[in-house]
Amino acid sequence: METFLGIDYPTLWFLVVGGLFSGYAILDGFDFGAGAWHLFFRKEEERRVALNAVGPIWDGNEVWLVIGGGALFAGFPVVYATLFSAMYIPFILFLLFIIFRAISIEFRSKEEMAWWRKTWDIAYSVSSIMLAFLLGVVLGNLLTGIAIGPDLSYLGDGLFDFLNPYALMVGLTTLSLFLSHGAIFLLLKTEGQMFERLTQLARAGMIAFMVTFGLTTLYTLLYMPHLSDFFREHPVAFLLPLAVFLSIANVPRLASKRLYLRAFLFSSLTISMLLMLVAFELYPNLLLSSIDPQHDIDIYEAASSQKALGIMLTIAAIGTPLVLGYTAFVYKTFSGKVKLDEHSY
Amino acid sequence: MDVEILARVQFAFTVGFHYIYPPLSIGLGLLMVVFEATFIRTGNPEFEKLAKFWTKIFALTFGVGVATGIVMEFEFGTNWATYSRYVGDVFGSALAAEGIFAFALESGFLGILLFGWNRVKPWVHMVSTIGVFFGSMFSAVWIVVANSWQQTPAGFHVVGEGMYARAEITDFWAMVFNPSSVDRLTHVWLGAFLAGAFLVLSVHAYYIVRGRQVELSKKAFKIALVVASVFSLGQLFTGHNSADGVAVNQPAKLAALEGHYPASAPADMYLLGWVNQEEKTVSGIKVPGGLSFLLYYDFDTPVTGLEAFAPEDRPSQVNAVFQFYHGMVAIGMTLIGLSLMGLFFWWRGTLFEKKWLMWVFVWSVLLPQLANQMGWFAAEMGRQPWVVYGLLRTSDAFSAAVTANQLVFSLILFFLVYSLLFALFIYLLNKKIQGGLEHLDHDQSHPRTQAIAQNLIN
Ligand code: HDD
Ligand code: HEM
Ligand code: HEM
Repeated sequence: METFLGIDYPTLWFLVVGGLFSGYAILDGFDFGAGAWHLFFRKEEERRVALNAVGPIWDGNEVWLVIGGGALFAGFPVVYATLFSAMYIPFILFLLFIIFRAISIEFRSKEEMAWWRKTWDIAYSVSSIMLAFLLGVVLGNLLTGIAIGPDLSYLGDGLFDFLNPYALMVGLTTLSLFLSHGAIFLLLKTEGQMFERLTQLARAGMIAFMVTFGLTTLYTLLYMPHLSDFFREHPVAFLLPLAVFLSIANVPRLASKRLYLRAFLFSSLTISMLLMLVAFELYPNLLLSSIDPQHDIDIYEAASSQKALGIMLTIAAIGTPLVLGYTAFVYKTFSGKVKLDEHSY
Repeated sequence: MDVEILARVQFAFTVGFHYIYPPLSIGLGLLMVVFEATFIRTGNPEFEKLAKFWTKIFALTFGVGVATGIVMEFEFGTNWATYSRYVGDVFGSALAAEGIFAFALESGFLGILLFGWNRVKPWVHMVSTIGVFFGSMFSAVWIVVANSWQQTPAGFHVVGEGMYARAEITDFWAMVFNPSSVDRLTHVWLGAFLAGAFLVLSVHAYYIVRGRQVELSKKAFKIALVVASVFSLGQLFTGHNSADGVAVNQPAKLAALEGHYPASAPADMYLLGWVNQEEKTVSGIKVPGGLSFLLYYDFDTPVTGLEAFAPEDRPSQVNAVFQFYHGMVAIGMTLIGLSLMGLFFWWRGTLFEKKWLMWVFVWSVLLPQLANQMGWFAAEMGRQPWVVYGLLRTSDAFSAAVTANQLVFSLILFFLVYSLLFALFIYLLNKKIQGGLEHLDHDQSHPRTQAIAQNLIN
């Protein structure tokens, strides 16, 4: 098997996909979070500021989903196909909410009527909440496992089996994590009264996250022992959960000192470390079968050929610096507090 | 209803809807670049108005294009699981490349294009506009490459069996430059330029007959007319190349395009016609031996017909394929006629006095849209019963895990949401057009104008 720096290609691609999805969670995480708070802003001016804070960047953030999806399709077609067809309903709902969210941002500012704006405000906020929640639900299902039988067949009912209690808990945890993350992002973008109000919202978000996260962790340890196998076998790896806890605790600490940029960075770090935890819990599997561990799908079974992975690693090596370069440029152009002008939403 | 049909209907509906928008974005991108470059070069603030106006319309088409495009990407996994497993190794890389090279470029610079007018230097803005335009051109590249690979697979070998059978890539460049990529990509690009050019023609023709912003509209109209003329003629050429390619690579599809049944006989070309699938005949107005002539420059050379293929290897909807194809070609000819007529009256100096012609241009915007849709329907239905030509049947490709109920549920939802989306799109488009360019009137104190003025003085 071909390797690069001693790591085999499927593992490398696993890291790439993981990196893309954690980038996605960090970026769309703050804009879902910002959207989820939307109805808490009462004044028109505040709502516009909140929208324009994500205005120039949300589309770029969503591209991480597109690239992540493409990378999963290309690198692990078996997982892409099996997961998406088995989780049909949540994915279709996710797509519909993505549409609603995009068009709310786009269409809201196009008319002055109060009812028009209010309708889109609601659509924007509800879809942001649902998207955050659904992402968590899918993640929860990845952890509990899906009803995969022999020969990649799917044996669930296809309708509601994605709504198991654990998945719901992960959904709520994700939502509250994004609420806190989004509020901190908005703190970087706002001033005056709205800023003051957001400090409270951010606190509420952080508390909600601590509570839901605590419960989910407890549930995982008690009822989902298979997820901590890796850590029990490799005690050194306990450093990771430890780091996660420190990073989580650091966010409110920095926020209380009003160091919001750093709080935001730690909030982002928290998201990516949580996903790393998930990755460690799963590796080398990608999809767990809730029926029989024999039907788990691991990265070697799921991976594309060495040749295809090699090609894609090359593509990624060329593309990533380009993307990072102009993303940095765009963020720099729009950094700082939101200023409304005639081109704003 | 059966899962295969439902999955096909849903895919055709969602991708057909998606395909209303990208061609507009690609085509408008080209014209925005031209308008803004003219502004930068001449410093004429009128062109800045044009650039800004069309950027706003672009934002609308782009937004809907992105929202509906994400659906398409994930639909491969949700509805066509077996297909995705089969092709992932080969053209997953094309999709991944699309994300990295095209969409990231496009959406990255979009923020600056839309919101950056007052924030960045004029040349940075110009670069961003070009970035967005190139990004949208590249999006077409990779997705069309992926689709062309399905039509004419190359650069791969098949491994595994049953649920585990799949195509594995052996040669990346052979996959990218498979036999139909280049012909189809150029054809798709030109189709997109035409969609954009005719929207610009339509809107400015409307302003001209309504007596609004007439002088500026005339300038914009002429630019778009040149674009339309060049590319409508070009489209005949790229379309012909495609047909030549189809004759070699997908003979059953070619036969369906012209409703040509006899296993081997000289083939006619129809201007209009109706295929009787029972009797295997076509009635209509034809040029005898016309297809033979187009392909081989000789009216008597035999062309392989549908009868040469086993019934289960032929497209089942021959008449539909025939009609879509002929509709597209007829529109192609009409667009050429219209553009040339426009050029002629421009040369005579009477173009803008012909009210009726202006009204024809107002409505002509629908034609490239229809041709684009019909082209895809002909190409994709003509490929049936194969999802990957000659390798994987459509009936084997859908998701076994998905039930008819789920599909009905999602199909209804998509239908409702897309209908709403379409109504809103039309409403807002109309509003923007009615709003006109007047309010974009130029503010001389604007930092951007000053910068440009400064540049011109220096
Ligand atoms: C990269 C792949 C790809 C691309 C770029 C397109 N399609 Fe496609 N199309 C498929 C991949 C595909 C497919 C997944 O392979 C389908 C699903 C079922 C099938 O037979 O092929 C299909 C089916 C399909 C059908 C149904 C044909 C039938 O069932 O008889 C229609 C009408 C279209 N497509 C139309 C379009 C349009 C309007 C496109 C323009 C955007 C388009 N396709 C781009
Ligand atoms: C089944 C086929 C298709 C899939 C899976 C697909 C996928 C996508 C996705 C995921 C997006 C959103 C990207 C973002 O977030 O910025 C998108 C937008 C876009 N797609 Fe498609 N697409 C398909 C067909 C096509 C075709 C045939 C073309 C070209 C001719 C095209 C051109 C574009 C363009 C230019 C955009 C940017 C949005 C816009 O300009 O409207 N797509 N597509
Ligand atoms: C003028 C005469 C034209 C001819 C002879 C022609 C020919 C063709 C042929 C043979 C195909 C099938 C290619 C394949 O399946 O591989 C095709 C597809 C297509 N055509 Fe045309 N075409 C013409 C005009 C147009 C016009 C005016 C437009 C749009 C404005 C258009 C848009 C398309 C599209 C979008 C497709 C599907 C993509 C593809 O397969 O390339 N065509 N055309």
